[in-house]
Amino acid sequence: MTPLADTPATRRRVRARWRDTDTVFRYAVRAAAALVVVVLVATAVFLVAQAWPALRHYGILSFLSSDRWAPSEATTTARHPNPYGIVQFVYGTAVTSLIAMVLAVPVAVAVSLYLTEVAPGWLRKPLSGLVDLLAAIPSVVYGFWGIFALIPAVRPAGVWLSRTLGSAPGIGPVFAGPFFGVSYLVAGLVLAIMILPIITAICREVFATVPTADKESALALGATRWEMLRMAVLPRSRSGITGAAVLGLGRAVGETIAVTMVIGNSVLSITKSILGPGATMSSVIANEFTESTEPFHLQSLMVVGAWLLVIALIVNTVGKLIVRRTGEDIA
Amino acid sequence: MPTPAPPSDTAAPARLDVVNLTASYHGRPAVADVDLAIEPRQVTALIGPSGSGKSTLLRCLNGLHLTVPGASVTGSVLLDDADIYAKDSNPVEIRQRVGMVFQRPTPFPTMSVRDNVLAGLHLGRRLGRGPHDDLAEQALTKAGLWPEVKDRLKAPGGSLSGGQQQRLCIARALAVDPEILLMDEPCSHLDPISTLTIEDLIREIKETYTVVIVTHNMQQAARVADTTAFLTMPAVGEPGRLVEVGPTERIFSTPRQQTTEDYISGKIG
Ligand SMILES: Nc1ncnc2c1ncn2[C@@H]1O[C@H](COP(=O)(O)OP(=O)(O)O)[C@@H](O)[C@H]1O
Ligand SMILES: [Mg+2]
Repeated sequence: MTPLADTPATRRRVRARWRDTDTVFRYAVRAAAALVVVVLVATAVFLVAQAWPALRHYGILSFLSSDRWAPSEATTTARHPNPYGIVQFVYGTAVTSLIAMVLAVPVAVAVSLYLTEVAPGWLRKPLSGLVDLLAAIPSVVYGFWGIFALIPAVRPAGVWLSRTLGSAPGIGPVFAGPFFGVSYLVAGLVLAIMILPIITAICREVFATVPTADKESALALGATRWEMLRMAVLPRSRSGITGAAVLGLGRAVGETIAVTMVIGNSVLSITKSILGPGATMSSVIANEFTESTEPFHLQSLMVVGAWLLVIALIVNTVGKLIVRRTGEDIA
Repeated sequence: MPTPAPPSDTAAPARLDVVNLTASYHGRPAVADVDLAIEPRQVTALIGPSGSGKSTLLRCLNGLHLTVPGASVTGSVLLDDADIYAKDSNPVEIRQRVGMVFQRPTPFPTMSVRDNVLAGLHLGRRLGRGPHDDLAEQALTKAGLWPEVKDRLKAPGGSLSGGQQQRLCIARALAVDPEILLMDEPCSHLDPISTLTIEDLIREIKETYTVVIVTHNMQQAARVADTTAFLTMPAVGEPGRLVEVGPTERIFSTPRQQTTEDYISGKIG
């Protein structure tokens, strides 16, 4: 037998043969990985293709320049004005997510500090498990709970907010009444509870990576426990907390059923006040796709879906990047 | 009974008296029945084989031991005659009076050199906001680090060399003006030159502080310590005990216990 020529190509082949001794396994995992990519790309292609007639008819940007969603005004011929404005949905998604973050992040940080640093040893596991269980509650149950328990409970607070801050200069419009219950505020509250488990879980991991030596150094300087957390634990965890928050945001942006049940589904114009009813990008799709009979109605919902996909992808990628960078920082 | 403290003038650094101390983890004693007097303005070295409870004993001297889950102590540690484990003692105040430097340098990674030095001073609002460069300079000078870092005060603490980081930690501990400084094998992760620098430093600061140092390096104990205490465990799985304590020269020249002699002559450990 003639010896193989020592070229880069043969070397690569030899190396590959030494590494991959089980071809079936290799192809199986490759196929699984490919499937994920295919599903993602196919979803995006599908959305854009379905939305295409509406995008071509009205123009791509006209959806983003109006806050009036009035399917009944749509005709097969008229192009102007575009009756499918989606700005109010973007606003609704942004406002509800923001409320959720403002409420959930501090609570999640406090809960995870408690779980990792303060709670007695025997309580840590069961309590962490309980927080994780919050993630197991189905979305629709949260919606029900929002309607029948949360709304009555926050009504006094909502009314109070509209009476006091509602007429304040500057921020007044954000808290303007009347408050009927279904609102961005309640949707944000429900979202906050729904994203609490994931943010808490990640923060817990992040805090657990802070070396004991750092914590003891702070204590040895005469720090109280709170000072120790502020000096040794929190500064080291800053980017981890940010990453956790952004991943929670990713959840909040996409959450649908619970939000649809408590947000009031008001689509005709933008409601600035967080005490007023509105709609989010996902809630309008869930609410209308079964009865989208007007011209370009379903296609316009697809436009909303496509933008939602873009936003969700960006938020999740950013969150993952931050969390991963933190991991490297700590290691 | 506590040993009577010598009449102390106000400027004198504190003394420590360990009385019948046993420290345990999850109910298992790691070091037992220790009686030890630690004199001010002296360096006391704790030597002994690994696992003999040197670190545990040291960490009992500022109460850090009790921050470990499952840890407990019996007996007392008298800081200038007041038991730090008494019901009404204030752990935060004690840890401020009894500073500590660890085996690995542990500058806070997100803080600059200066903020590291001042970290302890910002606790409990002892110090308002501000650059406080003078205080940083004082502490860094005491730790012999000032000339090397005076132009890098804003650099991250982690950007210094290992030996510099350890001296930064010493500066940080000295900045809060403790009376006693505990050091747990402060040179075990350092090169020989940095080790000698830190030993020089220890000889200097003992003029104003009470120093307790754990070391597994007997030459180091011989070089820096006035008093040496030897701990060992009688058998595997048993708690460490204090075997012998005395002036360093005497311990190394004419030990009274056979186990001490075996250890320092290299037969065990
Ligand atoms: N955090 C801890 N939890 C449980 N056991 C410990 C802990 N730290 C030390 N020990 C045990 O206490 C004993 C003494 O340890 P240590 O004080 O570190 O000894 P040394 O510093 O002399 O090597 C050892 O048996 C060790 O296993
Ligand atoms: Mg040790």
